[in-house]
Amino acid sequence: MKKTDVIIIGAGPVGLFAVHQLGIKGLKAIVIDNLDKAGGQCIELYPDKPIYDIPAVPECTGEDLTKRLIEQIKPFKTELFLNERVDEVRPENDNWIVKTNKNNEFFAPNIIIAGGVGSFEPRKLTLKEAEKFENKSIFYSIRNKEDFKNKNISIFGGGDSALDWALELSKFSNITLIHRRNEFRGAAHTLAQIKKLEKEGKVHIKTPCQIHSIEGDEKIKSITIKFDDGKKEKIKTDIILGFFGLIMKLGPIAEWGLNMDKKTIEVNAENFETNKKGIFAAGDICFYPGKLKLILSGFHEVALASVECFKRARPNEKYRFEFTTSSKTIKDRLGKK
Amino acid sequence: MTKITFKDVEGKSKTIEVENGLSVMEGAIQNEIPGIDADCGGSMACATCHVYVDEKWLNKIPKAEDAEVDMIDMAFEPKKNSRLSCQIIVSDDLDGLEVSTPERQS
Repeated sequence: MKKTDVIIIGAGPVGLFAVHQLGIKGLKAIVIDNLDKAGGQCIELYPDKPIYDIPAVPECTGEDLTKRLIEQIKPFKTELFLNERVDEVRPENDNWIVKTNKNNEFFAPNIIIAGGVGSFEPRKLTLKEAEKFENKSIFYSIRNKEDFKNKNISIFGGGDSALDWALELSKFSNITLIHRRNEFRGAAHTLAQIKKLEKEGKVHIKTPCQIHSIEGDEKIKSITIKFDDGKKEKIKTDIILGFFGLIMKLGPIAEWGLNMDKKTIEVNAENFETNKKGIFAAGDICFYPGKLKLILSGFHEVALASVECFKRARPNEKYRFEFTTSSKTIKDRLGKK
Repeated sequence: MTKITFKDVEGKSKTIEVENGLSVMEGAIQNEIPGIDADCGGSMACATCHVYVDEKWLNKIPKAEDAEVDMIDMAFEPKKNSRLSCQIIVSDDLDGLEVSTPERQS
């Protein structure tokens, strides 16, 4: 079990800035996130979209913002546990134990939940019979492309993931790319390559249509797709890949005994503590009168939460408010002379 | 105030009054319409405020931008009359608008 001062759940902009606010106060933190990289919604939903309301940054993308925050917290050498979802939070005396779906355990007096709208999970096919084939013949992500050699693969989706995998897997498998409308949304050169492969007969494109049914018992034999004009077509299929993007799910957070308001956690706006002592919530996931779901609000929220975290992690020390411009201690912590 | 009617899958409908200038999604959230999640808060990043616009209204609403259509790809069971309700801005012209909510949003 790893001991630390603060366990941060969520590596979005607010979770990352929490590391900074805790770090300059001399507190150690670890960060856990279900995605495979830091950045949260900024990196997953709008990496290329400009943001115009970060103070003193007239314009930056979600990816820029994430990069800058990672740069800003470098001095604190914080460990990030990615691809991990927090499943369980339980008290032990005045402390908390957090357990992830990879059975990692963490122990700390404080938890800051900066979980946005919850953890990202892939959107799935809506057909009922799709469930029983999941992880056998239906996949929503690819771990090892070797598993997809010499197969008949039907790929659903119209975005970059669908296009990129269609290209990659067409090297050694028979690919049908299926999308609900005629337009694909992807990089121009990827689209050109796909069109070329279609002409060569290596990739078959079916649009505008959606899945109608799946045939097969243990294994998938074929699928039937239905075009917008009502026409149906059967396609020989061993494997279905679905790339419909990610959806945010609140998940286990709802079961930790916190006072909730719909999908958000109630906090007091003085220190952003929840109804449980030592558990804080900040960013989009917290709720208090007047709450605005802005990144800049989240920055303010973790700054205040970090003060209360200090008091709980260092009960025998007096908290002293300091400015980064003038404090020698903070400069030392930042590695500045 | 503009009247907007939400129908669910079972055919139950609820009519609400929304201030002009708000989005249909904001109106739905304020009036606690079940079936509109709006997880991302209206930044066109999640497709959980997805609605089907009644055919007779479809041409009276400004067309969806590319980014909205791209996002609708991610919605639960998109159809030709699918829109994101966060992108429909309420005005007098939309008085009486009818939309249906999908079986679920995710």
